[in-house]
Amino acid sequence: MPSHLASSRDSLVICHECDLLQRIPSAAAGSRVTCARCGNLLHRHVPDSIERALALSIAGLVLLAVANLLPFIDLSIGGAEAHTTLSTGVQALWQEGKWFLATLVLFTCIVAPLIQLSLMVYVFLPLRAGFVPALARPALRAIHHLREWNMVEVFMLGILVAAVKLAKMATIVPGIAMWSFMGMIFIIAGALASIDRQVVWNRLENLS
Amino acid sequence: MALDRGLTGCPICDQVVRVDEEHGRRELRCPRCGGTLHARKTASIGLTWALVCTALVFYVPANVLPITRVVSLGMVQEDTILSGVFYFLQTGSWYIALVIFVASIFVPLLKLVLLILLLVSVQRGSRWRPRDRTRLYRITETVGRWSMVDIYVVTILVALVNFGFLANVDAGPAAVFFAAVVIITILAARSFDPRLIWDQVESRQALQGSPGEDADRE
Ligand SMILES: [Zn+2]
Ligand SMILES: [Zn+2]
Repeated sequence: MPSHLASSRDSLVICHECDLLQRIPSAAAGSRVTCARCGNLLHRHVPDSIERALALSIAGLVLLAVANLLPFIDLSIGGAEAHTTLSTGVQALWQEGKWFLATLVLFTCIVAPLIQLSLMVYVFLPLRAGFVPALARPALRAIHHLREWNMVEVFMLGILVAAVKLAKMATIVPGIAMWSFMGMIFIIAGALASIDRQVVWNRLENLS
Repeated sequence: MALDRGLTGCPICDQVVRVDEEHGRRELRCPRCGGTLHARKTASIGLTWALVCTALVFYVPANVLPITRVVSLGMVQEDTILSGVFYFLQTGSWYIALVIFVASIFVPLLKLVLLILLLVSVQRGSRWRPRDRTRLYRITETVGRWSMVDIYVVTILVALVNFGFLANVDAGPAAVFFAAVVIITILAARSFDPRLIWDQVESRQALQGSPGEDADRE
């Protein structure tokens, strides 16, 4: 990034947890800056932040698509067999009339990551190319707010527990979609962690 | 306190924004990202108390009512969260029993107890170990999501065990209450403002000349 990073306004930051005003040292890439008073993580310098977040979110979108389209888990008990996809559980809950649970699972495991990944591609692809897409600022805010509602890693733990529960009485075969989903969990975590706020917002301000 | 200097930080883009006197502790918008800014979160203590109490009420049916209902060859078996833990203990999967106990029973209670502790300490104007209390707040923020694991287990069981008369799993009434507890405690943690902890600490100190400008690395 060019010299504007050095401007004094950009390196001042206020801790969100203890409200202490402090200066962020221009530290080496990859290093973490924590609050001098409460230890809160203030900033992480990420090298090639935008390029990295863009590449990872494209990969994440591909993996999420595969996870939704191919068989997720197959199960067989005696002669009976069940083939499921990622959204089978959501559909079954909906049919049972448990619309609240169905919506919650759909949102936290499929919709939230899908929106986050799509918005990252939508914003970072133009930013890299040198222009600001329409509604870039609300899009970046949405990515931020969806963080706590994207619970894919918890879903993975749920699959493990369910597998142990069923393993005593049935044969469980994980499908390609499940491996793809597991990959997506790491990729989306990496993509979100690649967002260097200072770099992204400065780029946005400079271009608009 | 940045607020004492008439400044506040944007939680989304880290912009330092001037809060003018009329705004006081009310809401305004960030000039850089357009997000809503709160010098302090609005009605933080009252809202957090209300959410914590609601979650406590829902916690009871979530644990007493059945979370799954298994119908197999006409036989019905209903399981609560706790009986699920015992099932795993009896079948020898003690580590899975531990995961479910921690995620479903211990974590929601821990979160509620910690939030009550923080609320009471702030309301009493406590100046006790602000750094540790901020750390406790950070715990309530990060562990809550893991309580969703039981909801996901139920979802996967409902998806996989769907053989009609032979064997069928349905979500029980506790599942909805339990999901509500998880969501409400997440909202409660978000509505609490950790800066209130530090307001008490600084309130009696004179305004400091210079803020800490050194930031340590981990
Ligand atoms: Zn701090
Ligand atoms: Zn902002």
